Amino acid sequence: MAARRRRATRLALLALLALMLFGTAPARAVEIAEVTSPAGQVFWMVEEPAIPIVALEISFAGGARLDPEGRAGLARMVMGLLDEGAGEHDAVAFATRRDELAARFSFDAGRDAVRVSAQMLVETLGPSVDLLATALAAPRFDPAAVERVRGQLLSQIAEDRNDPGAVAGRAWSARAFPGHPYGTPVEGTLESVAAITGADLASQHRRLLTRANARIAVVGAIGPDEAGRLVDTLLAGLDAGAPLEPPPAGEAPPPGIEVIPLDVPQSAAVFGHAGIARADPDFIPAYLMNYVLGGAGLTSRLMQEVRNKRGLAYGAHAFLVTYQGASLYLGNVRTENARIAESLEVIRAEWARMAAEGATAEELETAKRYLTGAFPLNIDSNAKIANYLVFMQEEDLGIDYMDRRKELIEAVTLEDVRRVAARLLDAQALSIVVVGQPEGL
Amino acid sequence: MNLTRMAAAVLVVLATGSPARAEPPVSDFRLENGLEVVVIEDHRAPVVTHMVWYRVGAADEPWGRSGIAHFVEHLMFKSTDGLADGEFSLIIAANGGTDNAFTSYDYTAYHQRIAADRLDLVMRMEADRMVNLRLTEEAVETERAVILEERNQRTDNSPQSLFAEQMRAALYQNHPYGLPVIGWRHEMERLSLADAQAFYERYYAPDNAILVVSGDVTPDEVQALAETHYGPLPPSGRPPEARPQEPPPRAPRRLEMRDARVSQPVISRDYLVPSYDSANPRESAALDLLGDLIGRGITARLARALEVEQEIAIDTGAYYTVGWRDPGEFTIWGVPAAGRSLAEVEAAIDAVIAEFIAEGPGSAELDRAKRLARAALIYAQDDQASLARRYGAALASGRSVADVRAWPEVIDAVTAEEVRAVAETYLVPERSVTGWLMGSGEED
Repeated sequence: MAARRRRATRLALLALLALMLFGTAPARAVEIAEVTSPAGQVFWMVEEPAIPIVALEISFAGGARLDPEGRAGLARMVMGLLDEGAGEHDAVAFATRRDELAARFSFDAGRDAVRVSAQMLVETLGPSVDLLATALAAPRFDPAAVERVRGQLLSQIAEDRNDPGAVAGRAWSARAFPGHPYGTPVEGTLESVAAITGADLASQHRRLLTRANARIAVVGAIGPDEAGRLVDTLLAGLDAGAPLEPPPAGEAPPPGIEVIPLDVPQSAAVFGHAGIARADPDFIPAYLMNYVLGGAGLTSRLMQEVRNKRGLAYGAHAFLVTYQGASLYLGNVRTENARIAESLEVIRAEWARMAAEGATAEELETAKRYLTGAFPLNIDSNAKIANYLVFMQEEDLGIDYMDRRKELIEAVTLEDVRRVAARLLDAQALSIVVVGQPEGL
Repeated sequence: MNLTRMAAAVLVVLATGSPARAEPPVSDFRLENGLEVVVIEDHRAPVVTHMVWYRVGAADEPWGRSGIAHFVEHLMFKSTDGLADGEFSLIIAANGGTDNAFTSYDYTAYHQRIAADRLDLVMRMEADRMVNLRLTEEAVETERAVILEERNQRTDNSPQSLFAEQMRAALYQNHPYGLPVIGWRHEMERLSLADAQAFYERYYAPDNAILVVSGDVTPDEVQALAETHYGPLPPSGRPPEARPQEPPPRAPRRLEMRDARVSQPVISRDYLVPSYDSANPRESAALDLLGDLIGRGITARLARALEVEQEIAIDTGAYYTVGWRDPGEFTIWGVPAAGRSLAEVEAAIDAVIAEFIAEGPGSAELDRAKRLARAALIYAQDDQASLARRYGAALASGRSVADVRAWPEVIDAVTAEEVRAVAETYLVPERSVTGWLMGSGEED
């Protein structure tokens, strides 16, 4: 080591400087336009001519919470079958055509919405949109494709029964939402998926994909007129539909620990309690508080205390969850069976410390720098911008939210964080599910 | 625009229409101390991706010290002369950036994404930990517990991961690719400060590293900053050693693994195959296309035969990874439908391979596979971080910037006969390991 350069003094100075260099990057100038298509559909778009591709994102409100009684997993299965045969194409013909056009489509179902994402080349845009429109309006639900996809879904559900993280997540939802749509898994159960019929698929497809519930974003090398025609082509075959009733509000999850035995060396824990609605004036302070307590990356208090100081886990995180009918503050950790109790104890202590003291000035400043500075990194591609534009519509944030977001974050004070931490965090109220062979619980 | 660029630009025009660039502007140069530098310009947003790749990974570990490369990667976030434990990530976050790292067989990479005007800061810190890491017993103790929990989470809690570990251990009879990147548990438990220190000192040096910067920067800016921060670091003068290589494979190997946690049986087949060789890149390109043709999506041979026509499998696939430094693997798998056996699925896979070797690909399916490969390059331009990863991984495993740029042309030039021929040469039993993963109570 003697031959190596030592630059201790310089680096110490640098560290100091770095912490004071608190300006952040100018965000990418994203010019969002609200456009009305010739047929009257309102959507958001960003023209980005640099690369000859177009990204499209549609979210249809509703999703898995509309799964009928005994048919959990129906929304997920409908979405999984949209590109498994549509219009004149069977599954193989559809995929062949999509590959000839070099288009990329994906379909997914969440608790409150189903999502359609597409990336298309400008030079094959017209036929790519026609093909996607067929998948949205005229999926075939051919019996062979239905059985193949059902087999895949059942196989995954069966495997998940032995994945401690998956078991813990499902059990937590079931515990928190008895008798509520959020209590059943989005992917369904072995029984419910086995029970789904072709008629279920066809009728739920018409119910899930309607023009009234569509939130749409188009980003790429395309102008508003062409984008309007594209949107009309995509939605032409769908029912008009009507806006949905909001789901019933969920109850607070019961406090305490539930242990589910599974023969694995490492226990997985999911913990949480009631959260905070996005429309609540304290949501942004809570968002900053969470970054300090359990946010992504290596720097949060949970990561410092659980991982860096004690080596108890590879990761420990917490996050705010906002469903249409419920707000949660959730977290997870995985630790060897002998020490999981210690991990949970450390997490409870951090919960209580934040509730009592709030964040330090330095922590709040770092949270602000990170959450404003890293934002441009999250919208640095057409696909990510399209995704974010739809998220803004889903959450009703307003078309100017990207401009306001930085001010909202900068305006949060230490007192705001203290108030929201005291209001939100309650170590005694934590509802905890542990899956594994935990010792001492 | 040079000739290579122009040729590439012509290739990506799929039908007619505006000419699209196959690749963004890429520059490369080398500092006097041997640090290789690649700059990929993307001026759409004022952000950069900064990556340092070391040409050292799990396949370079001393015998009996599996997991040390990955362990050192974790320890790089501990203290240096100027930074306290964990401060590196804290400073990046406080400047609105994200950071992380990863370890593979051939390389270990550290990366940050941040506002373009913070590149100076990031380089200064990354250059610092290239030579000034200060390990302590306490940091080593705690972080060893973290990597053991990482192994629990990724591997020991997952029978599929344990099975993959067994498959690889059987495929490589002499090459260290047969060891798990995370390490065998009993060896991880004994990794010491001295092990980490020795590995770090041996391999962390500018002449064993590649700097990749993509985003809102110019090559001149990057060169000036790199000269300032990385330029003064002394080279090691010692490239990584050649690794033990595989003997000619002579016998097909089979393994069965039973685990009570498995509810869905699966059959997996690995073949030992060549990796990218700049003297013969077409063979690697043919293997890449072979993976797509037999195993990518529902239009591929395996899915059409096993999932659609015979309805004996619910999932199938195949893939080849171009970029290993030494000969690597071609993988095929199949998941039986309910009531179907692994033996049945294995026989059907063998029939698909035999038919492909007999007939080769049709021109329509080959054209489609090539078209998708070209389109992937256009889509990739929308993602600055993944472009940086593509170049970094290629250079760290022995390819050049020219190799990466020429790849679309190489893919395009591959003939149907070449694809058929690599299948005939390499998808042979003696090169293979076949594994069955089953629940504890199953017959087959």
